Amino acid sequence: MGVHATKVVLLAAIAISFIVSLFQSQINPYFLQIIIYIGINIILATSLNLINGYAGQFSLGHAGFMALGGYTGAVVSTTLGATPGGSSAVIILPLALVLGGIVAALAGLLVGIPSLRLRGDYLAITTLGFGEIIRVVIQNLDFLGGARGFTGIPKLTNFFWVFSVVSITVFVISNLVNSSYGKGFLAVRDDEIAAQAMGINTTKYKVVAFVTGAFFAGVAGGLYAHFVSYINPQQFSFIRSIEIVVMVIVGGMGNTPGVIIAAALLTILPEALRPIAEYRMVIYSLSLVIIMITRPQGLFGRELSLRSLLGRLRKQAMPV
Amino acid sequence: MSELLQQIINGISLGSIYALIALGYTMVYGVLRFINFPHGDAFMVGAFVGYYAAPRIVPLVGGSLLIAGPITLLLSMLVCSALGVTIEKLAYRPLRPRPKLTILITAIGISLFLEFGGQLVFGPDPKSFPTLLPSAVIINTPNLVLRSTPVIVIATTVGLMLLLRFIVMKTKLGTAMRAVSYNQSAASLMGINIDTVISFTFVLGSSLAAAAGILYGSLYPSINPLMGVFPGLKAFISAVLGGIGNIPGAAIGGFIIGLIETFVTGYLSPTYRDAIAFGILILILLFKPSGILGRAESEKV
Amino acid sequence: MNSAPGNILELKACGINFGGLTAVSALEVAIGRRDLLGMIGPNGAGKTTVFNMITGVYQPTKGSVLFDGRNIVGLKPYQIAGLGIGRTFQNIRLFPSLTVYENIQVSLVKTLRHGFSHSTLQLPRFHEEERAVRASIVELLEIFNLTHVMNERATSLPYGDQRRTEIVRALATKPQLLLLDEPAAGMNATEKVELMRLIRLVKERFDIAILLIEHDMKVVMGICERIIVLDYGIKIAEGPPEAIRNNLSVIEAYLGEQAA
Repeated sequence: MGVHATKVVLLAAIAISFIVSLFQSQINPYFLQIIIYIGINIILATSLNLINGYAGQFSLGHAGFMALGGYTGAVVSTTLGATPGGSSAVIILPLALVLGGIVAALAGLLVGIPSLRLRGDYLAITTLGFGEIIRVVIQNLDFLGGARGFTGIPKLTNFFWVFSVVSITVFVISNLVNSSYGKGFLAVRDDEIAAQAMGINTTKYKVVAFVTGAFFAGVAGGLYAHFVSYINPQQFSFIRSIEIVVMVIVGGMGNTPGVIIAAALLTILPEALRPIAEYRMVIYSLSLVIIMITRPQGLFGRELSLRSLLGRLRKQAMPV
Repeated sequence: MSELLQQIINGISLGSIYALIALGYTMVYGVLRFINFPHGDAFMVGAFVGYYAAPRIVPLVGGSLLIAGPITLLLSMLVCSALGVTIEKLAYRPLRPRPKLTILITAIGISLFLEFGGQLVFGPDPKSFPTLLPSAVIINTPNLVLRSTPVIVIATTVGLMLLLRFIVMKTKLGTAMRAVSYNQSAASLMGINIDTVISFTFVLGSSLAAAAGILYGSLYPSINPLMGVFPGLKAFISAVLGGIGNIPGAAIGGFIIGLIETFVTGYLSPTYRDAIAFGILILILLFKPSGILGRAESEKV
Repeated sequence: MNSAPGNILELKACGINFGGLTAVSALEVAIGRRDLLGMIGPNGAGKTTVFNMITGVYQPTKGSVLFDGRNIVGLKPYQIAGLGIGRTFQNIRLFPSLTVYENIQVSLVKTLRHGFSHSTLQLPRFHEEERAVRASIVELLEIFNLTHVMNERATSLPYGDQRRTEIVRALATKPQLLLLDEPAAGMNATEKVELMRLIRLVKERFDIAILLIEHDMKVVMGICERIIVLDYGIKIAEGPPEAIRNNLSVIEAYLGEQAA
């Protein structure tokens, strides 16, 4: 691809998001809601994929970062008194999202530190613990509404904001892992000792993965809070973290296009399964086990990319 | 003073539950080197076996809790052993040569499957656990009320631990288990059937979890399909605190976590009950990852 | 601390214990800037442990490790790699999910001047630097005849090519000292001859010092100018190949191993 191709794609995506958002009122509210959730889940899943898939640090605490971003954003926008449709929203929402992301990133830094000494199972359960601690602390903070939840968050999130952030997230994370600098993440995942022997500061890479991943999860939390206008600690329990993990695993760890598709499918699927809603988590968990036993690389494999798809088509088209 | 005594008794009986579950985590970790996430759910299944079986067993034996209690306990232990062995055979065995992460995710998947499957089968609402242990008042002073339930829970736990110690230290399979836990390839070269030992470990661990489920139901008579999540995590933390892979360590860790949790609930705030164990976990992992009795392992380069 | 200006690496009274067990003791080694030094010894003599002490994987419990006159004990492995010590592993440790090209790309990360922000935002200098990285990888691959497998997954290559890739990956860190841990292990006779040619090429072309652990006497005797013999963590002999070949205690150490 050309030198500036990815930037062009990014700008085009943001422009399209803007144009679509002009017609937002024409879209069936139910579909719009699903589309917004798809976008938020893509941000969550691709950012978790940086931690779990590319850097190989298994985290079960993504909902905690999301909660921090959501609550911070809610505090910012309610304090500044933003109103939906008001011109101040154009400044206040990005501010709320970024501050939410920063608070989540700081928490990511805190969680990243134990990751330097822990791996695999231990890290998973520690991050799960961090997520739960965040939830319990919020539950005990009266100014955040405690267990009753935080109400009256202005509905500022729309199609444009969600899909602009989706585009930025995908742009940043793809650029990162495709760059020479980003190869360090993959080296850390594959073999820490060899990575160190090649001069890779594995500590720094793990922390960078956690901080970056947490930042985007926080932004996603902010978008979510400003879409539903009411949040409570229960919405960010570890079941939420596990849903995001499932998206990453179904899509294939370390496979951004696969994870994006999986995030979309797994957002739509529960809607399609609504008549048998009580089976949803049973189906989720069973498919997790079956995928791990039969296709641990995810449904789409590690090679899925536009280029490889085109390559495969071309090969098939060629006479043998 | 007497309130303190009351808290200590509560803490030790809660700790008994954690200790019994922790033993299963630590033993499976010892032979397979991974966290058997569904172990907390085996505890839940154990409680539900008791819930369904006890009302049928009690009339059969003429209403005697003294006979019905142990029979229910044994039945629940049998069912959970079968569950544990099945999970190991179907899910873990085929994955044994694969990366640890694959097994970890599978274990989480099975755990969720049991939790949400349980909601479908048993229904999501809390059920009231039948009376299986006599709850006579033993001591009744103005400051201290001691019922028989916690005493029986603690006594049963100690009894099971002694039995476990005997099995692990004195029987052939127990010795094989220790050998596998010490060095799997060497044990296999000495003619030990690794698969048998692993199955046996799951039998031991799952039966202790089942027993914990019955005892828990008797102590706190409200059970539901998600009841295994937090006790499971806390028991795991107990195992880490005691030194993962170390059997006496798991028991000690369980009692410590039970006591701390009871004190936090009693003297600070009950809302922090579930967070405190995670706080302890993070502190141990940061400052003494090998736990109280464990030994550090290093990777060969 | 004094160190002869001609030496790139000096181990001074270096020793390490593992839980009361002495793995290496009172080891003295000096490697000149253009030396090709061999290290041999029976299994379990502590050769790989010496590599791990030099590269910071293990911390020596006694003595010092001077690299270019500076004590590097206590530095982290990545810092030591950054100073200019490259290594390979006894049981090849290529990054299994990366291609040959990417495996080498990892070694160049430490030479990058622009990191996170440049990569995520693709600022102008990013592209410049990526082009330079690509050029130096391609150049290395050409020298070692690996261009044709550059996009293959490294661990899918034949054994000999994997060993070669690992050496190239270590070289890409631009070391002044290269540590090779049993590079000939598992190779057939032809591959071994090719390996010896390769090691000589590395030394001449890159003008660096090499410390080589090797079991294969033909390889060690064939290319090394000087050899150190370890047995039970102690240096029992040092000298040119001919002297080592006829050294009684060396013969004994090896015979002892064969008799056991």
